[in-house]
Amino acid sequence: MTPEELRSLTPGVLGILVRRGADFAAAEDAVQDALVEALRVWPDDPPRDPKGWLVTVAWRRFLDAARSEAARRRREEAADQEPPPGPASSVDDTLQLYFLCAHPSLTPASAVALTLRAVGGLTTRQIAEAYLVPEATMAQRISRAKRTVSRVRFDQPGDVATVLRVLYLVFNEGYTGDVDLAAEAIRLTRQLAATIDHPEVHGLLALMLLHHARRDARTGDDGGLVPLAEQDRTRWDTALIAEGVLILQAALARDRLGEFQAQAAIAALHADAPHAGETDWVQIVEWYDELARLTDSPVVRLNRAVAVGEADGARAGLAALSDLDQTLPRYAAVAAYLHERDGDRKRAARLYAEAAAQASNLAERDHLTRQAARLHRQL
Amino acid sequence: MAKYLLLKHYRGAPAPVNDVPMEKWTPEEISAHIAYMSDFANRLVETGEFVSEQALLPEGTWVRYDGEGRPPVTDGPFAETKDLIAGFMIIDVDSHERAVELAGELSAAPGKDGKPIHEWLELRPCFAEMPTITE
Repeated sequence: MTPEELRSLTPGVLGILVRRGADFAAAEDAVQDALVEALRVWPDDPPRDPKGWLVTVAWRRFLDAARSEAARRRREEAADQEPPPGPASSVDDTLQLYFLCAHPSLTPASAVALTLRAVGGLTTRQIAEAYLVPEATMAQRISRAKRTVSRVRFDQPGDVATVLRVLYLVFNEGYTGDVDLAAEAIRLTRQLAATIDHPEVHGLLALMLLHHARRDARTGDDGGLVPLAEQDRTRWDTALIAEGVLILQAALARDRLGEFQAQAAIAALHADAPHAGETDWVQIVEWYDELARLTDSPVVRLNRAVAVGEADGARAGLAALSDLDQTLPRYAAVAAYLHERDGDRKRAARLYAEAAAQASNLAERDHLTRQAARLHRQL
Repeated sequence: MAKYLLLKHYRGAPAPVNDVPMEKWTPEEISAHIAYMSDFANRLVETGEFVSEQALLPEGTWVRYDGEGRPPVTDGPFAETKDLIAGFMIIDVDSHERAVELAGELSAAPGKDGKPIHEWLELRPCFAEMPTITE
């Protein structure tokens, strides 16, 4: 059994404990203990029924903890027998866990950490390593998150949109560590798609698959960022693209458009072009218009200006840009790109240097600095 | 989440409000100051926002490469160096506002007469990771 297969059992096991009457925070600790134990014991002694093993070990841990708690408080707990699981199915449990871990009372970072542990089955140490913080800090972040949601009823219906935002964050802002967070986000979104029929869940899954397909091509031999137009498209993962497109088409056919479907549609149009020059920019602009209508986000309008520049020429792109707030992140980078396309290399070089000074991550800063250097050499 | 570096200076920062050098405090005032700093770090572990901290000695050496096969050149400390860092703390917080709030709390550490030092701390954002989805 792979670590991913082991982790996929987490929500089901946790759901069983909660339905047996364990409170969420204690049950979640018990399941975490059982997972850590499984990672230790299973390589040498794999169980015949992995889920049954986890339920048994987690329930025992829960009872031990409840008993010592009871002893501490000097009162009896009536948690000794193993009551049968209630009538709800494990699919419902899984969905409820997603809702609980993405509850709107949590900050995004807390929701991410709790989702990765309680739904994803990652250990606190793995999550801490992934987000480059000490294990003790991450442990506290998770216990505070559990305290925050302790009054939320487990069977309370939640909002899919909040869950999707959390999964998007895991995918998009995941740091690199021992665990591949992008792959984990895809796994969790797949699992969600299996529990709830919602076109935006499929839209997000398609979006992730289409971007994940390009991952190897995004980095050059020197470790630097390779922009979309310059990527070696033979390195794109065609199987992931095909799957993403299929999922997206089925979602779009439901005619309930949302921002993730629109973003995935743009990614699919890029994926569809064998060469950058064959990209259907006119359609991409149309999708950005849809996206702007759905989100009213200035970042979307900034990206739209790039697409307009490709579809109708640099001048049109600059005109689209002129309506936007110059303090937007990446504004200078977009302006630099469009001015170079318009033939104004001097201005583009200056803007690239300005954009590099404003970049919020090193890969982008280095890329923008190289762009400025390339233009300076040509001046 | 975003990571920020909080920098405390031996010199180079604007003068604090309660500007009495530490050797002129009472031992109890020094203990109270140290306890405040340590409580602050512990509290950030509790809130899930602590990453790391180090205090630095005032001494330092400048080092540079001196060519193939030669040992590095060392020099300094240079008296004219205006900026001397005393220590740092790295925090991982939800927003810039939260980082400012925490820096403000740290600057309230007690000094002479148990009153806040109102020391200037430098707050610097760390680079984030490159997001996967940019277009």
